[in-house]
Amino acid sequence: MLKKRIIPCLDVKDGRVVKGINFVDLIDAGNPVDQAKFYSENGADEICFLDISASLENRDTLINIVKKTAEEVFIPLTVGGGIKSIDNIQSLLKAGADKVSINSAAITDPNIIKNSSNYFGSQCIVVAVDVKKNENSWLVYSHGGTKNTGIDAIEWLRKVEQLGAGEILLTSMDRDGTKLGFDLDILAEANKILGIPVIASGGVGSIHHFYEGVKDGGADALLAASVFHFNEFSIMEVKNYLKKNNIDVRI
Amino acid sequence: MKKNITILDYGSGNILSAMQSFSRIIKSNELDADICISGNPESIKHSTHLVLPGQGAFETCINGLKSIPGMLEELNKYTLEQKKPFFGICVGMQLLANNSEENGNHEGLGWIEGIIRKLPSKNLKMPHMGWNSIKVLNNNFKITPKETDYYFVHSYYFDCKHQENILAETNYGINFPSIVCKENIYGFQFHPEKSSDQGLNIIKSFLEL
Repeated sequence: MLKKRIIPCLDVKDGRVVKGINFVDLIDAGNPVDQAKFYSENGADEICFLDISASLENRDTLINIVKKTAEEVFIPLTVGGGIKSIDNIQSLLKAGADKVSINSAAITDPNIIKNSSNYFGSQCIVVAVDVKKNENSWLVYSHGGTKNTGIDAIEWLRKVEQLGAGEILLTSMDRDGTKLGFDLDILAEANKILGIPVIASGGVGSIHHFYEGVKDGGADALLAASVFHFNEFSIMEVKNYLKKNNIDVRI
Repeated sequence: MKKNITILDYGSGNILSAMQSFSRIIKSNELDADICISGNPESIKHSTHLVLPGQGAFETCINGLKSIPGMLEELNKYTLEQKKPFFGICVGMQLLANNSEENGNHEGLGWIEGIIRKLPSKNLKMPHMGWNSIKVLNNNFKITPKETDYYFVHSYYFDCKHQENILAETNYGINFPSIVCKENIYGFQFHPEKSSDQGLNIIKSFLEL
């Protein structure tokens, strides 16, 4: 039986973790490799790095981090943030990333999805889609959720799948940081129309929210950041809860 | 005896991850072993353990292998004549089949009889991506993996002709071989190098061959 995945997300800026674990005595809490290792040893099914560096020069720093992480962590690693070109993707995959997540660049030029999935295989191309509710529909936002593209989310999801995305990372901007739970409506809608896996993101505040994401939203994987970083509960607590409620997870 | 592990680089996929996982096993078990990434058929001659990773389309992978002069000859010699340990991962496992139906019909290495077919979707998400369990069907091989979860990413599967070549199977809509084996040849549909400790244990057993 295929398991539902739990994915902790770490924000990395200029080579340092800026949003990460706050409760463990890591020798260097800003070290992305140590944090990734901690999570991989404590039940994470994948690790996600989101690079929020402002400048391009820091891309090399990111590449080095990915390399070091791949030496220490033997579960899949997804890297996103600021990816603009096939070259960017290649250097991350070469450094040891298993998947890359593309967001704004796909909106600027959707062909990057097609070209990269043709070249590297769709299994390593994740398209991150940030959405906000607008009356009865959802609109796609870009540039870290700051720019309204005016694109209808459902149409965009269909297009992205057609272009060759292997997976969707779906974030509700309305719910992100609110702790009110995932936006189950858009999740369910996305799962209805898509034949590729969907990672739910944005809004987790309780263990039960993970359950809802799978049960009502139909998510294949669940991504969270702060609830794990602040040890509100552990990944294993989430998994035990899901298992108790008949959702298959890797224990 | 010192082990010489070669990871074949023929322009496909995430070779570094495979390299890192083997390096980790060598280091933590203090094995007397050298490991190299190489696309040169000459390096196969000196190898005691050969690893064939693979990512992306079957056609691209098999063409990548074939485009290197002398590669198929050395591979056949190493595996079929000398019968030295061989480890195929993902598409590197699928290449062992006679042929593949992915985007047309493409001939494989033909070392283990079978055909690569598309997984029937039956309303299931594709690719089959994530952690899934395996059931061991055959205990007659030197590698006996733990019956637990491993990390998969694929949309095609190895339709194996002979049941005796299936070491383990996995269910996703249908039961399909997750590990195939024939004498010295091992092929893994999942990624041992991305499957945490249970995956690393498989690599360790392979290096003990």
